[in-house]
Amino acid sequence: MNSITARRRHPLARYAVILLALCLVGGAYALLSPTGDRADAAIASGTNDDVANGKALFEANCSSCHGLNGQGVPGNGPSLIGVGAASVDFQVSSGRMPAANSTGPQAPRKALPEWVTPKAIDDLAAYVQSLGGGPTRPTADMVDPAKGDPAKGGELFRANCIQCHNWVGAGGALTEGKHAPNLNKSTPTQIYEAMITGPQAMPVFNDTTITPEQKRDMIAYIVKVREQVDPGGSGLGRIGPVTEGLVGWVVGIGLLSLASIWITAKRRAKTK
Amino acid sequence: MSSATQAGARPGSGSFTPPKAISGISTFMDDRTGAGSFLKRNLRKIFPDHWSFLLGEIALYSFVILLLTGTFLTFWFEPSMQEVEYTGSYEPLKGVHMSAAYASALEITFDVRGGLLMRQIHHWAALLFVAGMMAHMLRVFFTGAYRKPRELNWLIGLGLLTLSMVEGLFGYSLPDDLLSGAGLRITQGVLVSVPLVGTYLQFFLFGGEYPGDDVIGRFYSLHILIIPGILLALISAHMILMWVQKHTQMPGKGRTETNVVGAPFYPAFMVKSGAYFMFTFAVLAGLGTFAQINPIWLYGPYTPADISAGSQPDFYMGFLEGALRIMPAWEINIGDYTLALSVLIPALIPLGLIMTGAALYPFIERWVTGDNREHHIADRPRNNPHRTAIGVSVITFYGILWMLGANDEISMHFHISLFALSIFGRIAIFVGPAIAYFVTYRICIGLQRKDAEVLAHGVESGVIVRSPEGGYSEIHVEPDEDIAEHIRGKKEIPTLPSAEADGEGIPPKEARGPLGRLRVKLSRTYGTDLVPLPAKGEGHVNGEHAAVGAGEERKQLH
Amino acid sequence: MSERENTGTPEERVPHRVIGTPQPGAPAGVATAGEPDTPATLDGGVRELEPGTGVIYPDPASARRAERLVALLFLVAFLAGVGFIVSYVAFQVGDIDRTAVSNLALGGTMTVAFLALAIGLVVWVRRIMPKYNLVQERHPMASEPEVREEVSRIFAQGAQESGFLKHKLLRRTLLLAAAPLGLAPLVLLKDLGPLPEDKLRHTVWRKGMRLVVEGTGQPIRAADFNSPGGILSVVPEGYEHDLNALAKATLILIKLRPEQFKSGTNLNWTHDGIVAYSKICTHVGCPAALYEQTTNHILCPCHQSTFDAADGAKVVFGPAARPLPQLPITVDSEGYLVAQSDFQVPVGPSFWERGDAEAEVRGNA
Repeated sequence: MNSITARRRHPLARYAVILLALCLVGGAYALLSPTGDRADAAIASGTNDDVANGKALFEANCSSCHGLNGQGVPGNGPSLIGVGAASVDFQVSSGRMPAANSTGPQAPRKALPEWVTPKAIDDLAAYVQSLGGGPTRPTADMVDPAKGDPAKGGELFRANCIQCHNWVGAGGALTEGKHAPNLNKSTPTQIYEAMITGPQAMPVFNDTTITPEQKRDMIAYIVKVREQVDPGGSGLGRIGPVTEGLVGWVVGIGLLSLASIWITAKRRAKTK
Repeated sequence: MSSATQAGARPGSGSFTPPKAISGISTFMDDRTGAGSFLKRNLRKIFPDHWSFLLGEIALYSFVILLLTGTFLTFWFEPSMQEVEYTGSYEPLKGVHMSAAYASALEITFDVRGGLLMRQIHHWAALLFVAGMMAHMLRVFFTGAYRKPRELNWLIGLGLLTLSMVEGLFGYSLPDDLLSGAGLRITQGVLVSVPLVGTYLQFFLFGGEYPGDDVIGRFYSLHILIIPGILLALISAHMILMWVQKHTQMPGKGRTETNVVGAPFYPAFMVKSGAYFMFTFAVLAGLGTFAQINPIWLYGPYTPADISAGSQPDFYMGFLEGALRIMPAWEINIGDYTLALSVLIPALIPLGLIMTGAALYPFIERWVTGDNREHHIADRPRNNPHRTAIGVSVITFYGILWMLGANDEISMHFHISLFALSIFGRIAIFVGPAIAYFVTYRICIGLQRKDAEVLAHGVESGVIVRSPEGGYSEIHVEPDEDIAEHIRGKKEIPTLPSAEADGEGIPPKEARGPLGRLRVKLSRTYGTDLVPLPAKGEGHVNGEHAAVGAGEERKQLH
Repeated sequence: MSERENTGTPEERVPHRVIGTPQPGAPAGVATAGEPDTPATLDGGVRELEPGTGVIYPDPASARRAERLVALLFLVAFLAGVGFIVSYVAFQVGDIDRTAVSNLALGGTMTVAFLALAIGLVVWVRRIMPKYNLVQERHPMASEPEVREEVSRIFAQGAQESGFLKHKLLRRTLLLAAAPLGLAPLVLLKDLGPLPEDKLRHTVWRKGMRLVVEGTGQPIRAADFNSPGGILSVVPEGYEHDLNALAKATLILIKLRPEQFKSGTNLNWTHDGIVAYSKICTHVGCPAALYEQTTNHILCPCHQSTFDAADGAKVVFGPAARPLPQLPITVDSEGYLVAQSDFQVPVGPSFWERGDAEAEVRGNA
């Protein structure tokens, strides 16, 4: 018998065993889990502090679906290696991520949870960028609508975007219950990031085929059109002939039916 | 013109002499045209008064407004497909290549005062023109006003409806924008699928390959010249026939098949119609002011390379669009030739069925009922339950297809799977009308029962009586004479004489053969009155009922 | 409504309930003059439905009140009409914001004017004009038998006089003469367009023609179009503004991972995971432009024909009966994407003379 086994029936023995087990497992995990070359990536995308904060936030809020190192969990969340800071900024700043427990066919834009502040997004983005690179976030200059040419942007928008998002970005249907959302609440940065990262079902429009200047033109068009007045009255959602037909029948025929009832109504005689 | 004798005192006294100006002109005209006798017969023509009789005027006045606003637009519109670079005042399209037609439509919108208003009123009027015609057509159908002598007018009306749908299609394609261009493309795709001559039709319409340089110009001539001319002629014929045949009237007190009860054309009906014209104009102007329609500047110029989500035609084409969407894929190759059934069937069958069925209905009904008399009293829809049920099931068929034309909008806004909607549609267009038929029929029977009950039991008066034994009951009163007459206006639907053989075992002529037997069967179904009204004097308002089981085989209504 | 006293039996207290149409009877207002029992026939061939009820005027006091209301409405209409003219002069157009203001002013005044007129006219009819209950007789539409007989006799007489029946040669040659003139309008339309020949079977794509981005006209390096899940709308170089060419030659260019391709795609016609399909839907020709990166579905927004981009764009749902034709592409010496040839099958909607071109291609391959 040695000193450890002699104390095996000590009241605190079980806690000592648990502590030992935790240290063993934790130490093994720390030794064996991949860490990657974080130092260089951290320099490229942010300070080491940002990345560390981001990692903490990631583990708390994202890892249950995306894995502790962003490698993805089949059936829950895709791998985030290589998606880049732009993806994170887009998904988190629009509230799409963290997704609710049952997302349905797609993760929609929703209200931001309390912990999502601009700093939190920066940190998260820095961390994910450090995992494997990917598209970076555009600068303010790159998405400034005032610097874009809306006419040129409109031509590109009509060629590549409206088939899903509709002429003015009012949104459109996709298969299996998915839909392309409307663009009314998207910031210029989010629009740029969506194009470059291709979130969910949206295709990818990288910078080598649609250049950053062209993207800025498209942003200028989208912003200009959604802010401009509807000179013909109420835009009726800018959806098109479906709402126009509905209004024509309900308002037009409805009002005229009421008018015809009034014109031909006979007055009640006074009763005795 | 001397004064008329009117019963009931009237304000003022003595006779009224028209002022010199009017009598001068009317003498001038009468000396040259002899219009006096026409005016004598027609100025006081009686028009019956029911709100549903005004629905056709929605279409009539919308047409007039279309002519007026359309003429305005022709002063600026250029029906040319020549490519130009935009130099107008709408900034997001500056420098963009587009057709001259589109550029001129933009010019009307942004650079001509009142241009946008006229464009919008014109388009809203087109929608109300077709919608008004549909509402009017439904009223005529459900009241049986298409029966002799009005079958001709019914056919003219169907022609007007079809022609106006085509006119609208041509009209909204004129600005050559990305939305209507999608419709143009679909038109080409449908044309080209026609067997034998489809490719020739396409090349002749478009002047060559699609889209070519000619089609907008050709649509323009058809839209401002030929079709409005035909429409004007048909509308005039429609009005003249209605004037000569006199309008139908709802059943009621003093109304018979040989009279018209109502108000005279001059001055009352004239002013009412004028007022309705003003209402139509007001509603259209209001829509043109407060509801934006066809914002072509948001759509962009047409190019066959682009398309937007949520591209739909105007509502009256919606049912064709829905048919195209729910059709499963089906194409047959016979040797070197292709029959594109997934295009031909939806393009031809629903429209063909509805229009042909509607056109033939007056004649089929005559065949089934054997009724060759003139009809001038309108049927209340409940009194002809099979006709009403047929009408509602056709509306259901049309409506389901129309709704499915917007299946992507429904999918997006209500979060329903797109494919699920299409598959639902494939089933619903068969099941829906069947359910609608059954439900409508039962509702009509129920309403007939309610009518019979009003005649038999009277109407509640609101006064409660307590009997000496302590029981409470409500006193019923006879329904008002007008209402009773209105209900009693129910006419028996004629049926063919029975198919029973005569003494020698030979059935009557119309009941011979499989077609004859079918005819008799249909006639019995169509015309059997399940809910006869109690005869005058047979009602027992506040009276006792007969004992239960009092020997009547007919269904009792208590 | 009714002044009920608390005396009398319940039966006496029962109000005479009126629904909808009023009872003809004592008119509301002026006493009627003594009239005979048979209703008088009035001018214009109308008569009263019941004596004394044909034309009932409202009482003068209420008519005067109504007149004031109508006058007010007509005044409003007048002011609105003037307002319309003033708005036209005052509000210019020339940009979208000014157009909005002008539209509101012009349209608003117009609406008010017509509405006021309409309401005024209706109040005039309802409260100033009398209530009518007049009757006019209908006559059967059919003419009297004597009239019909006379007309047929006249018709026969005239036909006899014209010689049309007797002179057969005249009759036949008249019809003969009219026939070509009747056909003439159809014949004149022949030059509406050229004959189709085999134009629908070909597009402008040729060997070596570069693929360029629609909207910018820039050629595409395969190495640049390297993000899996990317798409582009692509047109042939030199035809960027030729709508006739675009109606058949526009492509949807998709970058997939090479391992995603299934058997339907012709891999010889792809380059490094980049595949080009005709964007013109094979149903009725709309651009089949939606692409879902996650399912590789190309969706046409018009009628929801859905194609699997990884499997030769074969149809997975919807009314299209044939897959989107695949354009053979490769890269040129500078790395830009070019076509190898035209499409091997006709693009776009099916037409009668098309035949099963896909089967032919499979047979040859």
